[in-house]
Amino acid sequence: MIKAVDLGKSFGNVPVLKDVTISFEKGKTNLIIGQSGSGKTVLMKCLVGLLEPDKGQIFYDDRVFSRMGFRERRVIRQELGMLFQGGALFDSLTVEENVMFPLEMFTQMTKEEKLDRANTCLQRVNLVNANHLYPAEISGGMKKRVAIARAIANNPRYLFCDEPNSGLDPRTAIVIDNLIREITKEFNMTTVINTHDMNSVMEIGDKVAFIYHGELWWQGTRHEILETENKEVNDFVYATELMRTLKK
Amino acid sequence: MKLFYHLGRYFTMIAVILKKPEKASIYRRQIIVEMDNLGLESLGIVVIISVFMGAVLTIQTAFNTDHPLLPMYAIGFATRQAIILEFSPTMVSLILAGKVGSRIASEIGTMRVTEQIDALEIMGINAAGYLILPKVVAAMIINPVLVVLSMFVGIMGGYVVSAATGVVPVSHYVYGILFEFSQFDIVYALIKTVVFAFIITSVSGYFGFFTRGGALEVGQSSTKAVVFSSIYIILFNLILTQILLV
Repeated sequence: MIKAVDLGKSFGNVPVLKDVTISFEKGKTNLIIGQSGSGKTVLMKCLVGLLEPDKGQIFYDDRVFSRMGFRERRVIRQELGMLFQGGALFDSLTVEENVMFPLEMFTQMTKEEKLDRANTCLQRVNLVNANHLYPAEISGGMKKRVAIARAIANNPRYLFCDEPNSGLDPRTAIVIDNLIREITKEFNMTTVINTHDMNSVMEIGDKVAFIYHGELWWQGTRHEILETENKEVNDFVYATELMRTLKK
Repeated sequence: MKLFYHLGRYFTMIAVILKKPEKASIYRRQIIVEMDNLGLESLGIVVIISVFMGAVLTIQTAFNTDHPLLPMYAIGFATRQAIILEFSPTMVSLILAGKVGSRIASEIGTMRVTEQIDALEIMGINAAGYLILPKVVAAMIINPVLVVLSMFVGIMGGYVVSAATGVVPVSHYVYGILFEFSQFDIVYALIKTVVFAFIITSVSGYFGFFTRGGALEVGQSSTKAVVFSSIYIILFNLILTQILLV
């Protein structure tokens, strides 16, 4: 479980996160949703330590992440996988080398063991015959799969996904969403997903948190989000003609 | 005040890159890769510029020292001294600041704006150390090799032009390049080269690592890396010459 308590972050005089208290449960896909600029990316960056919050605390299970130094955080970071919006694959490495990278850095595995693990992860994300291609040679959907394979290579306990299906066609987006959910259940990870895609919410949202102007405005399940009377949530959920038609 | 901000951030980065590596074997492998990327790939340009500069230096010295009181071998002597003391260490470093500096800044800058550096940090890797330290070490090893090669090729350029044009008899040129040779001149040139290699890679790494934004900012970082590396090379050239030769 990951928990944030009274988390606050400002850029200059502009508050971006305002006393956010939220928890993300183990074995579930926890979604953070909200409009662009609502503060959900800042929240995720604070959770993983890419940004330092001005106030509040972050807990990874019972470990206080926000009070840790670089060395202590490194231990937690090795238990953490992250899928970035653009994949963030290393351009100079092949698909296989990208997946093997965390293993090279943090394990004492032999080359054969690392190759074996990389192939297992690539097979798990249904990516075959791409091992020796470079990121520039594969499609957006394949990049996301490789990024997922790299994120799970080191058996993480926590998985963070920032806009995992942005830039993908709806069909591929659903495949990626389902893959994340399957992996979450399979490895019993605490998964946090940042998205503004309602398809993702309806497909995989075990728990959904709505961030509005830097505040935790609403949270519940994907079924509850369709029933809520909260105006801001409704404005977000039913922003498209498709969702309004479905509601009718 | 901005100068102090950048100086502070630069030295903080230097302290970070000098931290103990996560896995020494990976850093060693990266150093070899970077020696190839930064050094061996610059071999062609260094050789071409050195041979022509040596040739031009010989011709110019010959035309500007056309005096009966000056011995002919002074042309070879002057060419050798110019190449060893100044041209090879400083000019080659300035050329490498352009070629290697822009490469480093744009490579690391692109990694920053495409979140590859964030990915390294999320994994618990010292991103600055992993990306910059192997480049710094590789350049400090390979640049002196390039400079020694530049010295040899430059002097040979003078030899070829002497033989081809007859601006100075070859025997006089050879006597001149051997005349009162001091090994310290080579040591002085190599000390300068190592310092310049550190400046090129660390300053370019700094501008790349702290790039913010997109493609436009990567270009700006690349330009700044070349400009500031060149300025610091010229500045430290003066300082080191004062310290080592006076």
